[in-house]
Amino acid sequence: MGLSTERLGLYNPEKPMENRITDLGPRHFWQYFPPIIQNNYGKWKYHEILEPGVLVHVSETGDKVFTIRVGGCRFMTVEHVREICEIADKHCDGYVRFTTRNNIEFMVDSQDKMEALKKDLQSRKHVSGSYKFPLGGTGAGVTNIVHTQGYIHCHTPATDASSMVKSVMDELFDYFQGMTLPAQLRVSMACCLNMCGAVHCSDIALLGYHRKPPIVDNEVMESVCEIPLVIAACPTAAISPTKTESGKKSVKIKEERCMFCGNCYTMCMALPLSDKEGDCVTVMAGGKVSNRISPPKFSKVIIPALPNNFPRFPEVCESVRRIIEAYAEGANKYERLGDWAERIGWEKFFEKCGLPFTEHLIDDYRLAYDTYRTTSQFKYTEAAWNVSKAVGGVE
Amino acid sequence: MAFEPREDQKELKYDELRIYSDEELNNYTEEELKNFKVKHDISMLEDLESGPWPSFIADAKRGALHRRKLADDRMLIERDVIEDMLGQLQISFKDGETHWKHGGIVGVFGYGGGVIGRYSDLPDKFPSIAHFHTMRVNQPASKFYHTDYLRSLCDLWEYRGSGMMNMHGSTGDIIFLGTFTEQLEPIFYDLTHILQQDLGGSGSNLRTPSCCIGRARCEWSCIDTQDMCYELTHYYQDELHRPAFPYKFKFKFDGCPNCCVASIARADMSYIGTWRDEIRIDQEAVKAYMGGEIAPNGGAHKGRDWGPFDIQKEVIDLCPTKCMWLEDGKLMIDNKECTRCMHCINVMPRALRPGEDTGVSILFGAKAPILEGAQMSLLTIPFMKCEPPYDNIKENVIEPLWDWWMEEGKNRERLGELIQRQGVSKLLEVLNIPPMPQMVKEPRSNPYIFWKEEDVPGGWKRKIEDYRARHAR
Ligand code: HEM
Ligand code: HEM
Ligand code: HEM
Ligand code: HEM
Ligand code: SF4
Ligand code: SF4
Ligand code: SF4
Ligand code: SF4
Repeated sequence: MGLSTERLGLYNPEKPMENRITDLGPRHFWQYFPPIIQNNYGKWKYHEILEPGVLVHVSETGDKVFTIRVGGCRFMTVEHVREICEIADKHCDGYVRFTTRNNIEFMVDSQDKMEALKKDLQSRKHVSGSYKFPLGGTGAGVTNIVHTQGYIHCHTPATDASSMVKSVMDELFDYFQGMTLPAQLRVSMACCLNMCGAVHCSDIALLGYHRKPPIVDNEVMESVCEIPLVIAACPTAAISPTKTESGKKSVKIKEERCMFCGNCYTMCMALPLSDKEGDCVTVMAGGKVSNRISPPKFSKVIIPALPNNFPRFPEVCESVRRIIEAYAEGANKYERLGDWAERIGWEKFFEKCGLPFTEHLIDDYRLAYDTYRTTSQFKYTEAAWNVSKAVGGVE
Repeated sequence: MAFEPREDQKELKYDELRIYSDEELNNYTEEELKNFKVKHDISMLEDLESGPWPSFIADAKRGALHRRKLADDRMLIERDVIEDMLGQLQISFKDGETHWKHGGIVGVFGYGGGVIGRYSDLPDKFPSIAHFHTMRVNQPASKFYHTDYLRSLCDLWEYRGSGMMNMHGSTGDIIFLGTFTEQLEPIFYDLTHILQQDLGGSGSNLRTPSCCIGRARCEWSCIDTQDMCYELTHYYQDELHRPAFPYKFKFKFDGCPNCCVASIARADMSYIGTWRDEIRIDQEAVKAYMGGEIAPNGGAHKGRDWGPFDIQKEVIDLCPTKCMWLEDGKLMIDNKECTRCMHCINVMPRALRPGEDTGVSILFGAKAPILEGAQMSLLTIPFMKCEPPYDNIKENVIEPLWDWWMEEGKNRERLGELIQRQGVSKLLEVLNIPPMPQMVKEPRSNPYIFWKEEDVPGGWKRKIEDYRARHAR
């Protein structure tokens, strides 16, 4: 049976439960493993990155699988997917794989096939000139940025995702195609604090953030939202019940208590936060998820706000580049960005990256004290001398 | 070896399933694409067409042109959907605000998730995206595909939806981006009846589980990540489709402590492959690394000259537990002290391999910052053998935990928050396991212990008269 073409297909709205199939789950993975993967499942011995974007895995059986990893936008049209299929059919017997970080992997079982595939992939460009399938994303470099929906689909973003990712990846393209860093560097992007992409453990995280408290839509509040739930949703208890002049039930916001998390808007459409000037990009750094050498760690806020400068976000691109360059220069081999910052001290991190340290970067939420320095050990930087000067301790 | 599906998999042949002919699929020339203009002003977006990184705008344009040139009866939602999406995106850039409305509760009958409703707040200007609902299609474990399947999905989605998608969303699903309410059920019917494919999870239920590539192509995997992911996804279909939880719940499966799917940061229940015997050492290969014959770290540092490989500096000194040393040119490891961080194995994959007696460590409670701050998963179960069908994990771990969370969890309280609120001791009680020092970085530094009455000899009931008999007021 082919895919249906009638307007409502196999669905009969008169009898919505008729022939309904549910709970099938995903299709089984094994049928999608190419034979070389099936034959060597669990037998892989070692791998090597031959050049950026090209890996070989060697099995106990002596088999080798060559993988070419190319960058991709997670947003793609069916036209792009069909082109991926065309390549997979031509070189890989129809098999292809996507990675967790939205890269695409084509696998072949010989060096010759790999060379032909590589040439083909490198030759494909959009009419505007950008690569369709740039090789890279392996080893000690920057791989693809995982990100969320932004203005393309979501209702709560404080910035756009796809455009920022495109701009930053253009900026970091050499790092995507090179393996020149001390260790791998993972960049993630989420367009609001909900962090659907869970960016809180990345070497560099770009986060859309609101900076104006919600506007209360008094007209509809009582009819579209459960006011007690809205009040309960606020983590800082900034929302309290009130009545409008016309006697409608609504809420008021204690603005100085708001931390702009947007949870109230998630609960209630009558409390929008977004604003052209208020919304900004917060940059975090130094997180990781791997257990290698040091335990996983959270990213820390290092730039409180950069402007939402559509469509190319020059300030964001420039800051990210600056951080990566300082890291590339200062870190030891195998040292992740956060490990480097901890080794040299965060005060040195700010100095080396040329980033200003503002009061926004000192935690004042719950358990903030855990992040305060409670030792007399520190390094002298310009920021320290500024304090000494301000207090009259030095000239 | 091979893994068997729980039910027979229909063989999908694109040529039998397809909607569009080859002619329809190749309905524009490169020349036409160069000259193609979207019907709205998208000047700011066009700025994103240049630069080396793949341009989603360039891609969207060819999708739009392709749609323009299809015959009227060859698609069931508006032809201009991509152009309208681009037009609205341009306005969002100008306004610095999204133009998607909050809300829109739509779905397929009987499922509490899998569809996210979305409506434009500029429907007059952009009627083709007045409705723009997404559907989450549950990806096969670790995202291997065959083109017969992918091409069929493309035809289905171009015919009944916008032809725009995400490969993949952050949880791992294939995301169909934008269709009208009317088409949700027909798409679901074609997916289930013809492609034998289900939707993924959203809302307060089990979210689509995901896993790393594991033993399919990674020499370090200690578990069958795909099989576990597949089995648990199927076994818990009811929890995935019908919200009964206080909030969302995620499983993620990493084959080793490198954590390629970030389970430790992103899953309420993180499964991380590990071993309990010894790291396998090939001393000949160690020598080859020391002699500079093999590039360290699988060649990951080839782009820069880091000087000759120094095993002392790069492996032994960086071992977090300092449990390795060289003896007569041989690499020795005191495996009792090793915490299986993977560093030495990552650096010398041809010389060192994880042990062979493998299983999982299970950690609980990671979440993003909303609301009380981000949390990573708490190491709770050090080692557990896991063999299909994983009954020990289902019965002794997952189900008691869910029972507790469904009983005690508040609305929108993630598991990690419940653990914080009720305490780890409660978690231990629920899982019926003793405490171990591995659960903490260090013991508490305050003695504010919530002693229970039964912990204290003689209980708590005392009489003031007895006290006063010993102590004058
Ligand atoms: C309170 C916290 C959260 C809220 C209120 C929330 C809300 C939302 C909303 C409104 C969308 C729809 C976006 C769209 O228009 O397509 C969405 C999508 C999504 N969310 Fe969340 N989210 C939260 C946290 C998370 C977290 C922590 C994760 C993952 C770790 C996550 C994973 C996803 C995924 C995978 C999508 C699909 C779209 C995408 O891939 O970007 N969400 N979420
Ligand atoms: C008791 C009140 C509510 C609760 C607890 C609640 C909770 C949530 C949560 C947790 C999500 C995220 C789901 C995900 O990540 O997939 C969500 C999404 C969503 N909420 Fe609510 N919500 C409430 C009220 C409303 C109301 C009143 C509306 C509409 C008028 C609404 C519309 C939506 C929609 C459409 C989504 C799907 C994601 C999106 O497109 O935004 N919700 N809700
Ligand atoms: C709750 C149980 C606590 C215990 C059992 C405890 C115990 C001690 C002990 C035995 C000392 C050494 C005292 C001495 O030799 O003079 C000490 C010193 C100290 N503790 Fe605690 N402490 C506790 C709580 C706290 C708290 C809550 C604070 C602060 C809020 C605190 C702050 C200090 C300080 C500042 C010192 C150094 C005092 C000094 O040497 O002058 N302690 N504590
Ligand atoms: C609510 C908390 C506390 C109360 C009500 C309290 C009360 C007292 C009182 C009444 C004394 C005088 C005892 C006496 O000499 O007769 C005392 C002495 C003392 N307390 Fe505390 N204390 C408190 C917390 C602490 C903490 C946190 C520390 C640790 C730094 C501490 C360390 C001491 C020390 C060192 C002495 C002097 C003991 C001595 O004479 O050598 N106290 N405290
Ligand atoms: S991170 Fe925020 S804005 Fe972005 S998709 Fe998720 S909920 Fe929407
Ligand atoms: S944005 Fe967050 S802190 Fe501010 S009022 Fe809303 S819920 Fe409260
Ligand atoms: S998590 Fe470990 S086993 Fe899985 S792909 Fe990554 S390195 Fe390999
Ligand atoms: S795995 Fe980590 S802890 Fe164990 S020996 Fe290797 S470097 Fe040391």
